[in-house]
Amino acid sequence: MGKRLESTMAWIDDRFPATKMWEEHLSKYYAPKNFNFWYYFGSLALLVLVIQIVTGIFLTMNYKPDGDLAFRSVEYIMRDVNWGWLIRYMHSTGASAFFVVVYLHMFRGLMYGSYKKPRELVWIFGMLIYLALMAEAFMGYLLPWGQMSYWGAQVIISLFGAIPFGIGDSITLWLKGDYIISDATLNRFFALHVIAVPLILVFLVIAHIIALHEVGSNNPDGVDIKKLKNEEGIPLDGIPFHPYYTVKDIVGVGVFLIVFFAVVFFAPEMGGYFLEHANFEPADPLKTPEHIAPVWYFTPFYAILRAVPDKLGGVIAMGAAIVVLFFLPWIDRNGVRSIRYRSLPYKINLTLFAVSFVVLGYFGMQAPTPVGTFVSQVCSLIYFGFFVALFFISRSEKTKPVPARVTH
Amino acid sequence: MATETVATQISFSTDNIDKKRRLLLIGGASVVGGAGVVAIAIPFVSSMSPSAKARAAGAPVEVDISKLAPGQMLIAEWRGKPVWVVRRTQETLDALEQNADRLRDPDSAVAQQPQYAQNVHRSIKPEYLVMIGICTHLGCSPTYRPELAPGDLGADWNGGFFCPCHGSKFDFSGRVYKGVPAPTNLEVPPHAYLSDARLIIGEEGGAA
Amino acid sequence: MNTRTVISAFVLLLMPAASFGASVGVELDHVRIDPTNTASLQRGARTFVNYCLGCHTADYQRYNRIAQDVGLTDEQVVENLVFTTDDAGERTKVGSLMFNNMSKDYGKQAFGASPPNLALTARSRGTDWLYTYLRTFYLDPSRPVGVNNKVFAGASMPHVLWELQGWQKPVYETQTDAHGHEAEVMVGFELVTKGKQTPEEYDRTVADLVNFMAYMADPIKVVRHRVGMWVMLFLIVFLVVAYQLKKEYWRDIVK
Repeated sequence: MGKRLESTMAWIDDRFPATKMWEEHLSKYYAPKNFNFWYYFGSLALLVLVIQIVTGIFLTMNYKPDGDLAFRSVEYIMRDVNWGWLIRYMHSTGASAFFVVVYLHMFRGLMYGSYKKPRELVWIFGMLIYLALMAEAFMGYLLPWGQMSYWGAQVIISLFGAIPFGIGDSITLWLKGDYIISDATLNRFFALHVIAVPLILVFLVIAHIIALHEVGSNNPDGVDIKKLKNEEGIPLDGIPFHPYYTVKDIVGVGVFLIVFFAVVFFAPEMGGYFLEHANFEPADPLKTPEHIAPVWYFTPFYAILRAVPDKLGGVIAMGAAIVVLFFLPWIDRNGVRSIRYRSLPYKINLTLFAVSFVVLGYFGMQAPTPVGTFVSQVCSLIYFGFFVALFFISRSEKTKPVPARVTH
Repeated sequence: MATETVATQISFSTDNIDKKRRLLLIGGASVVGGAGVVAIAIPFVSSMSPSAKARAAGAPVEVDISKLAPGQMLIAEWRGKPVWVVRRTQETLDALEQNADRLRDPDSAVAQQPQYAQNVHRSIKPEYLVMIGICTHLGCSPTYRPELAPGDLGADWNGGFFCPCHGSKFDFSGRVYKGVPAPTNLEVPPHAYLSDARLIIGEEGGAA
Repeated sequence: MNTRTVISAFVLLLMPAASFGASVGVELDHVRIDPTNTASLQRGARTFVNYCLGCHTADYQRYNRIAQDVGLTDEQVVENLVFTTDDAGERTKVGSLMFNNMSKDYGKQAFGASPPNLALTARSRGTDWLYTYLRTFYLDPSRPVGVNNKVFAGASMPHVLWELQGWQKPVYETQTDAHGHEAEVMVGFELVTKGKQTPEEYDRTVADLVNFMAYMADPIKVVRHRVGMWVMLFLIVFLVVAYQLKKEYWRDIVK
């Protein structure tokens, strides 16, 4: 039996590098042994991607991308399709879960300097994934064709109208394919949401992982484990990803699924954060809801947009808040990766950045008030200030000595 | 921190493995995980079965047969399929007996009908034939050909149904002739009489 | 950077605290929702088809789904809850959606806007809003239909349940706010014409109605919670096994 399997494998390997790939990416991919809590979110992001693709495929079997039918078809899925409610709630909760996981994953990268040489491309691919994810989420949110879907899309598309010299207006018209958000817009968003962007996402995820496995994983100490190898070329601080991190990640999957399904089964609306109340009313182009807020994962940037008292300025600030992250590998000029060995000013700077992001997220959800706008302005300054301060702090920072081996 | 003394020692060692325990745990995790995968697959597979809407649309239909004259056929719709209700004449019924040796399944042995319609006329009341009008070959709808010995069907044709797609022939009980592509007799749907004039299609007698 | 502070910051982000946006400033009365109380759901369903379904629809919901969920047979539902006819002029089938027999155009003419589908209102407006709304219609001769509403000022809906509640008029009080401005504030209602029900009975009728509407907005809730418990139990078992497996493998790791 064992012989038979081996010869079959050999037959395949002569024609397709199955064993080679398995070894390169799992059984002989040596990852640092000191991964902590923060290292669960990469594999979890992959899991959520799979959940979204599978539930999404099944949703398309009953969803109708038509202005007259879309809202009704979602209710049809929720009530008439066997288990349709579960599939839909998994998809809607999965959207939020994706951002929870990705934000934690990105923050891990910030803390441990995972964007630094030689992982710049890992970071950039990751940022592109984040951008694609935002596009995916935005277009997906229009599909239920509720009031919030409609008016949220209206607001976001109008942002492009800020572009001067009449270009903006032409662009918004082109994006919508009509004078208002309409059936045409819904249909194209559907096409992009279910085919184009997922394809790009999957491609980028593969690129992200290939780039990572080319240079090797970083770790909470920011130590380069490839510097110290034994005579067989195995990093002294490395352990094979499979089985050690596969079994560990399965534990993470267990914890994640408990939280995920707790939301799906017991709080699918998540108090109005995952599914907004106004979205249980069908889209009505003649009636704006009293308070429009994007879904929580966009609100930090939405708050930055509103903090700037100028249309074009707000849009530029919002775009810049995302674009600036691409340049992080070059803004941070310090060779030390991990926060563990960096200076106090650096730590304060990063803490303020994280806090400002959360506070911006909070105020982005609230109706605009003078206090809220003021706090958002302060936090926007802190947000951008982080990058400026980092540029200067990192140049002449008093860091602690980085050990040769990882710690435990 | 004995980094110096183990300078060439890698971080893992597979020398002291409790193989039994490990196999047991792998087995346990596989069983539990596998059960989980199967469990989550159920809703997805089940979602592709007919929805409440389809089931509501597929509910039994009532048909008024009081105006059906002998020799006439009416077509009702049940679950989107044509259902023929034919009121046969006495001559037609008599002719059924003569067909036996030309048919593939004259006694309706193949379960293409509810038990109460497993007889030569394949119906509850001999006079009325209730049948799903879809050819058992590849799903075309056969035509109603009550005339005797028409030019295209030959001299021995004594009335029945003819499928124009691939030439399958059925007698007036929907029984398939030998030598045609259709493998089995036409299907009789579950049906019952609510009264002499009202027929319900899609429901057995007891339930109504 | 303290790991714990970061986690709690993110948890804060996820805390369910968003409120229903509508009707700012009016205090809403709380109503207890219990989707397992089938007696209440049945009473609510009767009120709904008798008083609401004349003008409103609820055509995401099927009649036989009500039968299945609130403990009635299809025949009971047809007899007690189905009062509409289908396109063929026959009594609406039990598997049908809850349409009404009023044309959209007529609704638009009569009320200025066609009365909305109510199947999801409990989720879009909230149950407390509905409970308060249905109990705070008051006489207001300045309005086209003669009534106004406390939580939805200028509502074009007439007080459909008046024969049960009776008519009430608002009681105003002059109050002084923190800035010293005096203002007339609605503090309560006074019943001027008695209805068929006492105020307590009426509150209960509305509570049952809102309970039914909450059920209708989310008919799977009871099943969802039940399935959810099993899923949680299963995942905990899975987690225990997965953790043991991880621990076993990680004994290989040299510290």
